[in-house]
Amino acid sequence: MNLHEYQSKRVFADYGVPVPQGRVASTPEEAVAAARDLPGPVWVVKAQVHAGGRGKAGGVKLCRSAEEAGKAAKAMLGQRLVTPQTGAAGLPVNLVYVESGSAIERELYLSLLLDRERSRIAFVASAAGGMNIEEVAAHEPEKILRIDIDPAAGLQSYQCRRLAFGLGLSGKQVAEFERIARALYRLYLERDLALVEVNPLIVTKEGTIVALDAKINVDANALFRQPGLVALRDPSQEDDMERQAAEHELNYVSLDGNIACMVNGAGLAMATMDLIKLHGGEPANFLDVGGTATAERVTAAFRLILSNARARAILVNIFGGIVRCDVIAEGIIQAVRNAGVNLPVIVRLEGTNADKARALLAASGLAITVAKDVSDAATKAVRLARAGAKR
Amino acid sequence: MSILVNRRSRVICQGFTGKQGTFHSEQAIAYGTNLVGGVTPGRGGERHLDRPVFDTVHDAVKATRADVSVIYVPAPFAADAILEAADAGIRLIVCITEGIPVNDMVRVKAALAGSRSRLVGPNCPGVITPGQCKVGIMPGFIHQPGKVGIISRSGTLTYEAVFQTTRAGLGQTTCVGIGGDPVRGLNFIEVLGLFERDKDTAGIIMVGEIGGTDEEAAAEFIQREVSKPVVAYIAGVTAPAGKRMGHAGAVIAGGKGTAADKYAALEEAGVRTVRSAADLGVAMKQALTARRRSKRKRKR
Repeated sequence: MNLHEYQSKRVFADYGVPVPQGRVASTPEEAVAAARDLPGPVWVVKAQVHAGGRGKAGGVKLCRSAEEAGKAAKAMLGQRLVTPQTGAAGLPVNLVYVESGSAIERELYLSLLLDRERSRIAFVASAAGGMNIEEVAAHEPEKILRIDIDPAAGLQSYQCRRLAFGLGLSGKQVAEFERIARALYRLYLERDLALVEVNPLIVTKEGTIVALDAKINVDANALFRQPGLVALRDPSQEDDMERQAAEHELNYVSLDGNIACMVNGAGLAMATMDLIKLHGGEPANFLDVGGTATAERVTAAFRLILSNARARAILVNIFGGIVRCDVIAEGIIQAVRNAGVNLPVIVRLEGTNADKARALLAASGLAITVAKDVSDAATKAVRLARAGAKR
Repeated sequence: MSILVNRRSRVICQGFTGKQGTFHSEQAIAYGTNLVGGVTPGRGGERHLDRPVFDTVHDAVKATRADVSVIYVPAPFAADAILEAADAGIRLIVCITEGIPVNDMVRVKAALAGSRSRLVGPNCPGVITPGQCKVGIMPGFIHQPGKVGIISRSGTLTYEAVFQTTRAGLGQTTCVGIGGDPVRGLNFIEVLGLFERDKDTAGIIMVGEIGGTDEEAAAEFIQREVSKPVVAYIAGVTAPAGKRMGHAGAVIAGGKGTAADKYAALEEAGVRTVRSAADLGVAMKQALTARRRSKRKRKR
């Protein structure tokens, strides 16, 4: 789960990480008032969306007066901001953050995340701040500093010093950096985060260190014990279909193709998407109804994929292990009847009671195509989707 | 032979009297698994499924000499359950639970580094040695004792591989679902090593997916250490970057973890790869036949 910049900065401030003074605004008038209250002489108005790359997309404006801040807010609020990270539809800007401008001497990069290879939490830092860190890592890997943290021993002073000196900090800044690094590590653990990213972390003209941006991603598995963070969720920044799916405990990801799929198990769901592509089609979504799919979930899943206007065919791929195929077949028949499905439905069922399930589907009198195996199902789905697209 | 579990394994279940624990323990017993008891704190002294219930894993180990534990306890308590099993000296801990906070697993992984316990999972279907011992949620009937070792990050894709190798008449020595989380116990490399040393395993099927670089590490290991034929499939060629595809670990992040990179690494290591999950069984059969032929030639 992502937080907005203004929310992340409040959390930073709670943990003693220095951030510029700022206020959130939902109208141009509020933005003007915020700029009047905040120290000048320049202010920055920033669109609050769950995506990076805002600067180049026009989502960050430097303003020299409160009136200018109001104008900038007016231009952003109510619009959709499209950045390289949002997809073509962009994300709605419902709030802007108005901040006192900072006098920047240097821009650094600092993040905390899981190092999967070492199964440890790691700091990644670079003196090349303010840039896309993935590009820095790809083209100038020597500019990336990494340290990982022993979970039992915790973050050590020497590790902070290595980062600080590596970033070219000196004097009092080294101790200040350690204080910030320790605060971020404590925040990461206590709030069950999956990512903290500060890009840029700046050294001001006065020589102090300030988090100019703040990005926080919370581990979805830990939300049960982070009620304070759950309250910060902003559904307007989430994909509509993905949000509905989550309410039914379905794993759903929207894609651009026209063959909707419904599969049990995440791996098999990805494999089904891949098969559609391999046979010349394009998947409309990833949908995992869970390893132990029930008839109710299948019905909910059908409703969901039917609400996708792009879908021209539905491919159902279920490997019935613990769950019996005949139970799933009944669920499919019910769902197709109740939901009034008018798209071709191709079903591949294998596993427990698969024969019985196929017989049920064949006898249902519904326009359901029963496939003999996965490849057959993918081939048929691609063909029927093409025929449907022509109509 | 087999790896990790066999008919002599003495298995207990943590979360024994819960809905999941009860259902899957019944299935395990019906399969012939030597399930010697279970643990539910506060229910010690009772009997469940005609087996003793204990308050702690220590009590269970003392009374039953259990050496394998399967965990079905809910995610908020699962890290604690794994550490309890390790502290009680359980040799193999299989954690089925999905949704454990990642930071909990970071701590668990570090703590287990100093113990003699091996962890499989979490967020996995478990381990099965067909005809002998079923530890987990996989459907027993699709398996058949045989000669293929299977390692997979995905549950239902493991069943696909099993089903296909059964149909092809090859059967399985042992199937290990290592799980879909980013921080897990046994990884491809450890299980590949075990299969390489198991004399009954003739070939290995490896099912990976997007996210992380474990398949790349496995490719390097295979090139160096594995002489048996390996067939691999990677799920998620069509997965978009930055999206979590069901499994917590299945996400392409920072340009790392694409299926294309994994396929390239595996192919460079001489692994026979398939682009369709439906081709795993056939490819394994071909790999084993090709190998028999080349061995025969060498003998002549």
